[in-house]
Amino acid sequence: MRSIYAVFKREVKAYFTLPIAYVMIGGLLFIVGLLYWMSFQFFLRDSFAAMRNPMMASDLDISWMVVSATISTIGVVSVFTLPLLTMRLWAEEKRTGTVELLLTFPLRDSSIVLGKFFAGLAVYMILLLFSLLYPLLAGLYAHLDPGPILAGYLGTLLLGATLFALGFLCSTWTENQIVACAIAWASFLFFWLIGHAADFVGPGLGKLFTQLSFAKHHENFAKGVIETQDVAYFVLFTVFCLFLTLRSIESTRWRG
Amino acid sequence: MIEVDHLSKYYGPVTAIRDLSFSVEQGEVLGFLGPNGAGKTTTMRILTGFMPASSGRAVVAGYDVFAQALEVRQRVGYLPENVPLYREMTVSSYLHFVAEVKGITRRERPRKVGEVMELCGVHEMERRLIGNLSKGYRQRVGLAQALLNDPPVLILDEPTVGLDPRQIIDIRQTIKNLRHNHTVILSTHILPEVSMTCDRVVIINDGQVVAVDTPDNLTERTQPNRSIYLEVQGPEAAVLAHLQSLPGVLTVAKNGANPSGAAVYTLSTTKERDMRADVARAIVQQGWQLLELRAVRLSLEEVFVQLVTEEGEAHA
Repeated sequence: MRSIYAVFKREVKAYFTLPIAYVMIGGLLFIVGLLYWMSFQFFLRDSFAAMRNPMMASDLDISWMVVSATISTIGVVSVFTLPLLTMRLWAEEKRTGTVELLLTFPLRDSSIVLGKFFAGLAVYMILLLFSLLYPLLAGLYAHLDPGPILAGYLGTLLLGATLFALGFLCSTWTENQIVACAIAWASFLFFWLIGHAADFVGPGLGKLFTQLSFAKHHENFAKGVIETQDVAYFVLFTVFCLFLTLRSIESTRWRG
Repeated sequence: MIEVDHLSKYYGPVTAIRDLSFSVEQGEVLGFLGPNGAGKTTTMRILTGFMPASSGRAVVAGYDVFAQALEVRQRVGYLPENVPLYREMTVSSYLHFVAEVKGITRRERPRKVGEVMELCGVHEMERRLIGNLSKGYRQRVGLAQALLNDPPVLILDEPTVGLDPRQIIDIRQTIKNLRHNHTVILSTHILPEVSMTCDRVVIINDGQVVAVDTPDNLTERTQPNRSIYLEVQGPEAAVLAHLQSLPGVLTVAKNGANPSGAAVYTLSTTKERDMRADVARAIVQQGWQLLELRAVRLSLEEVFVQLVTEEGEAHA
């Protein structure tokens, strides 16, 4: 526990000493903000239309049209940008050789993996905290139920954990950060988009594809629904990736 | 303190070390010598628990490096060859991090970090980023992290490489000071370093142990005859003939002249007796001027080259 914390602390500091965390948080908030603004504009336009057409008014729901949409957006943008945070986790240690000292400190491999994983997740949580600004702003103009928002954020955090674990695994395969980034990006997109392929294959395979997809599971959370199977999916996916990461690091040892 | 027993390591088809065995006593400084690619770093990496061996076993401080890796790593301070440190950290924060992972309590950390910084002379660099330090200071920070928590065993991979002469002397002195409380293995290409700092030397070549001995014995062992360096002012042919006629002198060769014109000779004499007095007397009795006379010892460089090439020929 002590050693997990030591690795965690060092790693979080590294994220904020190097400009990468600031760039990521800034960039992601900007893109999400842009899309938030756009969905707000849609909402406004429809609101004006609804003034003339009372039938439409019942369909207007800010928490659905703006907040839920924004949470979905955070998920999508995370898939595109998180490789930038995960790529360095192991590849950088390998390239600079620091891995040699890290692996000869009296630390369990699992402590190293968990410390680094939670450090990445902590940076992501900070990012999510900042992004809470958008739903809060919407809350100034309308009464919002906090439950679905929290559910959405829980789902996004779980998605982030899964992405970090998968990205970490990709980072152990190479000592080149760009390559690590590319592999992570490709696998994130694969698991994000696989659900969309479900319609074009048979019903059996289609169901499997849907179940494997990040997007399908994240969607429920964004709507404000917490389903056990969605939680289980993200948790199991994360644990499995971390396990493979540990194995991958052990194999690095053998190969020297 | 360290037992290496028939250790081998293969990287796929490549053999890095083959059937390596040696041991290091408590409080000893062992020099680990060999040409590039001989397997020094591989051996050290196995001993530090960085990677497992393909076969054989190694015991460090009473623990098996493979089965009880964590115990071993708790007791070994390691300075890898190229001193990989986190460049974005300051010296002080890096050493605090290492202290923490080595299990030094929060209360003790400032004191212990202060101690190693003092010992390695990096106190004035405390607040600097490691990435901005010179090679010499980085090396010292690397040594400082190895010394944290006072491990009984130190494994230093080329601790003086890339340093200027002053820094080399400093680091050697630091290592010498450590020998009482620590068992040290250090690898190097620099041979005088070995004779200066090490109690014993292991020479490896091509992944195998070629020789294990004290630096003095090694020099002695590989030198078949005694050798004398001589500068004499006198008729060269006569000097050569006279020296040759002395009993106990095996060969005499003229090796050019010194700047003032006196001829330089190299004598090879029997191992049984020190011939220096006889040679001096013989020359003075002839009325020639004896300018210099000294025993030549094979330098460790020559021993090393001799051992390593002998081994190579034996293989061929």
